[in-house]
Amino acid sequence: MIKWMKYRFVYLGISLFFLFAGLFGVLRWGLKLGVDFTGGAVVEYKFKNSISTEDISKKLSEKGFSVNSIQKAGEDNYLFKFPPIEREEKEKVTLALEEMLGSKVEELRFENVGPSIGPELIKKTFIAMLLSTVVILLWVAFQFKSIKFGTSAILAMIHDSLILIGVFSLLGHFFDAEIDFLFVTALLTTLSFSVHDTIVVYDRIREYQKKEGGDLKNLADKAISETMVRSLNNSFTILFMLIALILLGGSTVKWFAAALLIGTVAGTYSSPFVAVSLLVSLDELGSKLKNGKKLFQFLKSRK
Amino acid sequence: MLQISTPVKKTLLILVLTIVATFISLPNKIPLNIKLGKINIKKDIVRPNINFKIGKYEIKKNFDLFLGLDLAGGSHLVFEADISNIKPEDVKNALDSLRDVIERRVNLFGVSEPVVQTSSFGGKNRIIVELPGIKDTKEAVNIIGKTAQLVFAEVPQSTESASFKLTNLTGADLSSARVGFDQQKSGKPVIQLQFSKEGGDKFEKITSENIGKPLAIILDSQVVSAPIVQETISGGQAVISGTFTLDEAKELSLQLNAGALPVSINLVEERTVEAVLGTESVNKSIRAGVVGLLMVLIFMILSYGWLGVIADLGLIIFGIMTLALYKLIPVVLTLPGIAGFLLSVGMAVDSNILIFERYKEEKLKRNTTDALEISFGRAWDSIRDANIASLVTAFILANPFEWSFLHTSGPVRGFAITLALGIGISLFTGIYVSRNLLRVFVKEKKND
Repeated sequence: MIKWMKYRFVYLGISLFFLFAGLFGVLRWGLKLGVDFTGGAVVEYKFKNSISTEDISKKLSEKGFSVNSIQKAGEDNYLFKFPPIEREEKEKVTLALEEMLGSKVEELRFENVGPSIGPELIKKTFIAMLLSTVVILLWVAFQFKSIKFGTSAILAMIHDSLILIGVFSLLGHFFDAEIDFLFVTALLTTLSFSVHDTIVVYDRIREYQKKEGGDLKNLADKAISETMVRSLNNSFTILFMLIALILLGGSTVKWFAAALLIGTVAGTYSSPFVAVSLLVSLDELGSKLKNGKKLFQFLKSRK
Repeated sequence: MLQISTPVKKTLLILVLTIVATFISLPNKIPLNIKLGKINIKKDIVRPNINFKIGKYEIKKNFDLFLGLDLAGGSHLVFEADISNIKPEDVKNALDSLRDVIERRVNLFGVSEPVVQTSSFGGKNRIIVELPGIKDTKEAVNIIGKTAQLVFAEVPQSTESASFKLTNLTGADLSSARVGFDQQKSGKPVIQLQFSKEGGDKFEKITSENIGKPLAIILDSQVVSAPIVQETISGGQAVISGTFTLDEAKELSLQLNAGALPVSINLVEERTVEAVLGTESVNKSIRAGVVGLLMVLIFMILSYGWLGVIADLGLIIFGIMTLALYKLIPVVLTLPGIAGFLLSVGMAVDSNILIFERYKEEKLKRNTTDALEISFGRAWDSIRDANIASLVTAFILANPFEWSFLHTSGPVRGFAITLALGIGISLFTGIYVSRNLLRVFVKEKKND
């Protein structure tokens, strides 16, 4: 049997590395928030393009339109981003575009979000995350009759969401991935996936605790060995679906699927390597404290 | 006598369920185009809809998949209500009637299956309007957004400045409004008003008191026209003539018919998707789904051999049943919803993987049949505990009780609902279905 838990500080070290990389990204570049949070307009146009997007952007600016960015999204599809605009303003942009390109421009999608929506979204997201976390903590604590299990499961869960946020800050900086409403959904799904996997390992530990008892560290090693293949295989099947979605699905769900993928990978890693490592460390800390207390009482009684 | 064992019976039940689900989940029309040498079959297979009567009850079901705005095309509009002039205790009433008026307007506008709902959070009061399949959002926004407060006012002659004396005759006294044309003079569009009984009496009284004087017709604080009253008008009919275009007259009559908005609103969020883009998204998602599914199917067979075949069978049954349930409930399918479904396909084999991994261990200690039974039994605890956590999150995302402190967004809800359904059905197919299939399969293997 592999002594997984012997190297638990290595796993926690790897986690810390990624957490700090993410933290660095967030501090250095921040998060690239989409229109859902910042307010603004997105128009998806379809046209045969002969000019570069930079030129279009420049020419539109010259005409007095403020354009935040233009991105290619598929073969002839382009995403134009503006500060919040009125419908009339957008129609003027469309006309200007047609004039510039000398051909008809098809408007496929128009989203305009006022500035008041974002703060509300953040608040609601926060409440939703808090609620999920508390309910899941209670459920795990109740199921395993132990705060230790609950706490380390929740810490692993927070670890996964922080990794996801951190990676997205990097993806946002290098690949223009945006934090939007769907990202929030992916974040919440990651919470549940993380706990899902953790519970499977915990369940095995609990089973051995009942049957054989003994040192938690050994039980954890055994449980991880036995659930490792299952955990990997399950993640593979999920990854297959998500990779297909990233490569073949439309531009709207691409980053959503990517966020779910990162969450899945983090969740798979964190269940044995973070949740169980923390559990074993907490357990050792607990018994050390207890021993310390005993020693203290022993010394006291000797006096 | 032939004794049919329960696993066989259950397998038959599963088979029947699958056939029914397949029937429901098939698209309405399947174009068939087969060329085999000289034989050339070209035909559309049409799935019959259920449409029959049992006694008084008429059962009608056409099993169509409901597509959300992002797939079918349409507009999602969010308006914010200005309640600064409303007393706090009246806000709820005002919002409810606001919603009703908007609903009437949208219905009169001719949108099929619109959704109009209120959402209040953090002191902001919003009305969410979803208009599927709409082309001209601009017109829709105009129709929904105008307050359309109609009031008649007397114009005192004594003063030169136009200070109006509002009467008690308002848009609320109308029974109907429609577009007509000015017969006598210009032939321009006008709006013909029909007052209610009470409104007609008021109108008669006002006109009798104001003969020879102008009577101003004020719409949203603007004087539309101020004709001179020639005589007492009874019968409760009036005409607003102004400088309307035909479209304006139509919009206005629609707004008057639906009633005035109790508070003014303005558009804070809009999302419009053209149907073309929706179709493109659907096609892409289907392709991604098929490729992903194939990879999962192959992976399962490579990892677990004949057990994998059973799991694959369970997974296909899972897909068919899920699709059938979407149609039966019905679930409004959105793009994130499809993502949720695909994710649940990936997760659906999880219970099988758990059981099969367990089986590998147990097989070392017991014979095949016992090992399988024990694996199913032991794995169930983990499967149950683990899935409850997922269901909790799905519940919070779906927000079925419309709690105002949580999201009420359609796309996210679509994702959560498909994910939750996927988890639920995968428990059935991953455990019940594959267990019974395996029991039958293993028994036959032993008989060989």
